[in-house]
Amino acid sequence: MLEIIKQPWPWYIAGPLIGLTVPALLILGNKSFGISSSLRHICASCLPANIPFFQYDWKKEVWNLFFVFGIFLGGAIAINLLSNPNPIDVHPKLAEELTEYGITNYNNLIPLDIMNWQSLFTLKGFLIMVFGGFLVGFGTRYAGGCTSGHAIMGLSNLQLPSLIATISFMIGGFIMANLLLPLILSL
Amino acid sequence: MQQNKETNKAFELHTLDTTCVTESTSNIKFKNNIKYLIVGIFFGIVFVKAEVVSWFRIQEMFRLQSFHMYGIIGSAVLIGMISVYIIKKFKIKTIHGETLEFHAKQFNKGQIYGGLIFGFGWAVTGACPGPLFAQIGTGATVIAVTLFSAIAGTWVYGYLREKLPH
Repeated sequence: MLEIIKQPWPWYIAGPLIGLTVPALLILGNKSFGISSSLRHICASCLPANIPFFQYDWKKEVWNLFFVFGIFLGGAIAINLLSNPNPIDVHPKLAEELTEYGITNYNNLIPLDIMNWQSLFTLKGFLIMVFGGFLVGFGTRYAGGCTSGHAIMGLSNLQLPSLIATISFMIGGFIMANLLLPLILSL
Repeated sequence: MQQNKETNKAFELHTLDTTCVTESTSNIKFKNNIKYLIVGIFFGIVFVKAEVVSWFRIQEMFRLQSFHMYGIIGSAVLIGMISVYIIKKFKIKTIHGETLEFHAKQFNKGQIYGGLIFGFGWAVTGACPGPLFAQIGTGATVIAVTLFSAIAGTWVYGYLREKLPH
């Protein structure tokens, strides 16, 4: 049994489990599934700086910080107790493309060849980890939600704005992955 | 007047971020929040085991090389939709007996501009906000920098908000 759990989980197991988070949070306490809001609560609690957008009672939303701390712990549990010993299986075409950029290490969920403390201080590493992170935080708040709040919670509640947001996420992702990221990885 | 302003802020917070107003009266104490920690742990394990937090899986998704991520998001949405439908249909309440309220999201151009910007970030970092937390948990300590940048991005959005087209 443990051997099966240690293998990567197929989509038809993981997807429904993620979907069940929606009713779980609703029934446990009237909470809407959403993760990027946690970043706003961190701003509101640590550095509100008189910005109206951060002037609210973040303590009322503290459940969200418990939730993301749980995600952090879940990551630690999964990697330490349930870890798959094999390298990540990658589509051969992707592997071929990544080899050109010097990415050959598939032992981690992130590409250690480009995402590590040393490369943080190179232009490539800075663009991927620092600037990329900035885009994630800026974009999700501008859009009013991320994959969880819009794509999963919003679509579950049949919200058209969430569909528009989700389509925009995908268009942005396609442009970046296919047109811009190759330029960054070539640096 | 002051109170009006307060109400507006609360309304703004909820309509921007949630489809359902979160006004549980008993959510301040630590013990009342443990359940969300547990749901988060469960969620983080699924994230890692299904490799949703893998940079490689995200690259495959945006190159149409794998069905994996589409299957995950698609089936998650389907289960979410059915759940919300059942909750509404049978007027299911929370475990504290509160009525669940759903609120419509308003369209604004931020969903397009912000959506595209987030899409760029998603494909570069290989992570949306949830996976960032899980990746750090797996020992990828450098991702703490990415998370910090995401927090900074959120802050800058809040700072520039009035000047941005919505």
